[in-house]
Amino acid sequence: MAAVSSGGWRRWFYLYLPLGAIVILTLFPFYYMAVTAVRPDREMYIPWNRPNFAPFWTLRPTLEHFALLFRETLFARWLVNTLFIALMSTGISLFCGLLAAYALARLRFPLGGALGTGIFVTYLVPQTLLFLPLGEVIRSFRLGDTPWALILTYPTFLIPFCTWLMMGYFRTIPRELEECAQIDGATRLQAMVRIVFPVAMPGILSAGIFAFTLSWNEFIYALVFLSSATQKTIPVGVVSELVRGDTFFWGPLMAGALLGSVPVAFIYSFFVEQYVSAMTGAVKG
Amino acid sequence: MNRPTDPVTSTALASPAVTRAALFGLTRLRRSTRTERREWLLAFVLLLPALTMLALFVAYPFARGIRLGMLDSVVGREGQFIGIQNYIKLWYDSIFQRTAQNTFIYTACATFLKLSLGMLVALMLNNLIGFKRLLRASMLLPWIVPTVLSTLAWKWMFDPTFSIVNWILYHLGFIQVRVDWLGGPVAAITSVILVNVWRGMPFFAITLLAGLQTINPDIHEAAAIDGANAWQRFWRVTWPLLMPVTMVVVLFSVIQTFADFQLVYILTGGGPANSTHLFATYAYQIGIATGKLGEGAAASLAMFPVLFLVVLFQLWYIRRGEGGKGGA
Repeated sequence: MAAVSSGGWRRWFYLYLPLGAIVILTLFPFYYMAVTAVRPDREMYIPWNRPNFAPFWTLRPTLEHFALLFRETLFARWLVNTLFIALMSTGISLFCGLLAAYALARLRFPLGGALGTGIFVTYLVPQTLLFLPLGEVIRSFRLGDTPWALILTYPTFLIPFCTWLMMGYFRTIPRELEECAQIDGATRLQAMVRIVFPVAMPGILSAGIFAFTLSWNEFIYALVFLSSATQKTIPVGVVSELVRGDTFFWGPLMAGALLGSVPVAFIYSFFVEQYVSAMTGAVKG
Repeated sequence: MNRPTDPVTSTALASPAVTRAALFGLTRLRRSTRTERREWLLAFVLLLPALTMLALFVAYPFARGIRLGMLDSVVGREGQFIGIQNYIKLWYDSIFQRTAQNTFIYTACATFLKLSLGMLVALMLNNLIGFKRLLRASMLLPWIVPTVLSTLAWKWMFDPTFSIVNWILYHLGFIQVRVDWLGGPVAAITSVILVNVWRGMPFFAITLLAGLQTINPDIHEAAAIDGANAWQRFWRVTWPLLMPVTMVVVLFSVIQTFADFQLVYILTGGGPANSTHLFATYAYQIGIATGKLGEGAAASLAMFPVLFLVVLFQLWYIRRGEGGKGGA
């Protein structure tokens, strides 16, 4: 610590400059995405080694790419789909996860520990391991190409996450709180819903925010389980409708990428603390 | 001689925790009181929704996946049972061999870089006095924005003709001729690793920072008084104390990186000439693009042994930590 805190140029050299460079590297792709989204086509396709290539800004910003996005693709529809699917799957996962977490953290019953471990293990199953058989299952349930294909499958990675996070949270709430309520005549279930859940609200919010961003960002299930253009989510829609063979429509692509990123970034900016605590909490368990 | 399974070995094979829990359950069942039974019933009801969802959409597909991996199914036709022929075919498939090799290199390089960079950033952020929250918030952006969308931006930045990365490096004097970032096999896998590090490093940095903040600064002060320099203090004090957090983050990241799909799908699509496939993208290519569902399922299940080992290790590590805490 002393080496870094002994002021002056050393602090600049070891701390501010590298951190500044990393922040710039981190944020540059987003900046470039935004610049490309408003850059007119005739300015876009100038080879990088031409002298008049001014990559960092444009003097003639345009909204033509956004207009094209809404006029010629179903972007508005994809936005609604993504939002609906993310909200529904988050809701289902919070419901299932909360109840399961309460049982695992608070109740004593046979095989409780093994079930907890089992749920933790499903949390570690990556989506890419099972996407092909899961597609078969979706088809045999006749859910293919409907939003339900995603609303019902996203909880497979969201429920374990919510359960795990909420278990950690419930353990920090003193048991006495419920016991008092039960002495006052409340049943166990009433104590859970009226006393424990309200106290756990910050944890529920964290889990919800995190789950929402995870389902907003999901790609491979959406890519495999949905086929018609009207059903798609933003990530899949943008990739499949704005890339034709080897031709990338970079203007509209970047406009779509920007618009698809803004909602999560916006929500995130309000709930950074909750998001970080969910992320670190999920790791610590 | 056909001896019945020795009960001692079969018990030892099952997880000790499971066995203990089962024995506990059996003995309790006999002596359980009415209130206990009501608690069990409540637990069962509360767990039912979650377990139903996981059974229907994880356990059942897993079983079907194992079966599908042994069928010669193609889209629109029921498959015949062909045993492990899909796996044998993949074993001798040169693209699959390349894929396996890529996946290990990709996972090892990306995880190492994410850990070292993430640790550096966490240490720097921990030393920062102002702006900590702002920096932390902005640094996490790559992690929260949909990966496919930010990867598209990278694809555009790596464009062979209009690459901004080339422009910057050229004007800084690092390169004289253009670099085709996604053109050759080595360049392409390097670029994919770089983007993975860009996306995953914040997760390491922020989680490790959270771990660093729980370390009591007095320990550092004591070490400094004893004459330890910054380097020694890091390796002798910070690193061991941070080990549990580091371990979990690394294992999480290894699983995610090993099973990655989106980065390669967008950046290279497995190309050029199938040289940058990972298990997941190759499974997608076989199963969805070519329609050989059985073989595709086998290719993605090929990840299972490695994932299984990582998960086992992780469970063992967590258990061990809990045991230590309990004993202390």
